[in-house]
Amino acid sequence: MDKKEYIEYVEARSKKSPIIQNLIRAFLIGGAICSLGQALLELYRLFIVELKDAQALVSITLIAIAILLTGIGIFDNIARVAGAGTLVPITGFANAIASCAIDTKSEGYVMGVGAKIFSISGPVILFGTFSGVIYGIFYYFITMFWG
Amino acid sequence: MKKEIITFSRIPKIVSYYSVVGNKEHSGPLGACFDEWCEDDKFGKDSWEKAESEMQRRALAGVIRKANLEDKDLDVILAGDLLNQCVGSTYGLADFNVPYLGLYGACSTCAEGILLSSCLYGGGIVDVCGAVTSSHYCSSERQFRFPLEYGGQRTPTAQWTTTGSGAFIIGSEGKTSVKEALVGRIVNKGVSDINNMGAAMAPAVIDTLTRYFNESQHSPKDFDLIVTGDLGYEGSEIIKDLLLGNGIDIRKNHVDCGLMVFNRDTQDVHAGGSGCGCSAVVMAGSIVPNLEAGILKNVLFIGTGALMSPMTLSQGESIPAVAHLVHLSSDLGG
Repeated sequence: MDKKEYIEYVEARSKKSPIIQNLIRAFLIGGAICSLGQALLELYRLFIVELKDAQALVSITLIAIAILLTGIGIFDNIARVAGAGTLVPITGFANAIASCAIDTKSEGYVMGVGAKIFSISGPVILFGTFSGVIYGIFYYFITMFWG
Repeated sequence: MKKEIITFSRIPKIVSYYSVVGNKEHSGPLGACFDEWCEDDKFGKDSWEKAESEMQRRALAGVIRKANLEDKDLDVILAGDLLNQCVGSTYGLADFNVPYLGLYGACSTCAEGILLSSCLYGGGIVDVCGAVTSSHYCSSERQFRFPLEYGGQRTPTAQWTTTGSGAFIIGSEGKTSVKEALVGRIVNKGVSDINNMGAAMAPAVIDTLTRYFNESQHSPKDFDLIVTGDLGYEGSEIIKDLLLGNGIDIRKNHVDCGLMVFNRDTQDVHAGGSGCGCSAVVMAGSIVPNLEAGILKNVLFIGTGALMSPMTLSQGESIPAVAHLVHLSSDLGG
């Protein structure tokens, strides 16, 4: 059996991730997180006039909850079930940063936490910013001619 | 044909064995078999790496104590683990003041240690030799995968690194003999998925077992057990299937350390256990005691290692694997 045949053999027999089950769980838990966000927004709107301020506070609250749950070791247990349900909302991003910070503390605050805190979220930050720049340039020229 | 199976004129014996495990392993099916366990996976230390070293220290201290020896009686120790530069071993064993040789064979390290110890003893080079290996879920996870608290999902073929350390002393006194050994060849069949290491390692086991049975007078049915460590569920199924195609039927007596150390149904370990410590603690906790008691007579132990590094993985390289074989035999029983 050569390499190609072996890879095909392995892929054919290995059990795949249960996609339907994962999708349903992600939908339910992700949906629940977003509903919580909406509920928080409604709540904050009672005290805060500006919509943008209330929205920012919702993000901050969800981030704080995700980081707290990461710190006390619960987040990964929820995420094991939720999958994309916790990964896609802002909670996933908060967890990616907080878990790196916790993990690298033993290497010190500078070369550990400082250097490695963005080791998972780094690509998102880099390419997110980069695509923002590209979009901005296009937006600038398009609105210049057709604006 | 060139003789590849190593035999010994001076028969090496397993003098003593000792296992130290973490909490999850203690809660597993073999929980009661291990010599020592710690509820706190940090073993009283402040980092996971120090915890792994502490396990090795306890394992070697335990195996020396159990053999009624002293540190200075050991002529050499061979030790290894999964951490970069094998620091689990060097930091853990520094205080013993015994000549030291470091090994890296990933999950095959336990078999490699027993094999090399047997060669050193069998060749008359040393009289008492120690072999120690360890792995720790938390330190491995950090090095090879993601931070511990990172919220991700595992695929069904992924394996769970065992937290444990196993130590053996090879010498002249003992009820278990190392009859034969076969050094594995590096086999790379192109699997590059770290979440399917069983499939990456299976071809190495097939290579080693095929070489062994081609040269040996024995057939699989001569062995009470053919123990692989550790292919997990996926790799175990692959070797049984493909070896059958080569005319070697090990379906009846094959067991895998990765499937023995955890309960896959209740412990959320997906395809089973892995790591240098996995086969070490299963051998020291279950297989060797059963050989010593004469419950098992002949056992083939094949340690399987996936020899990648985080660097080669991120460069997209496929995983090379190796499988070393030792034939253990009980001096008791029929």
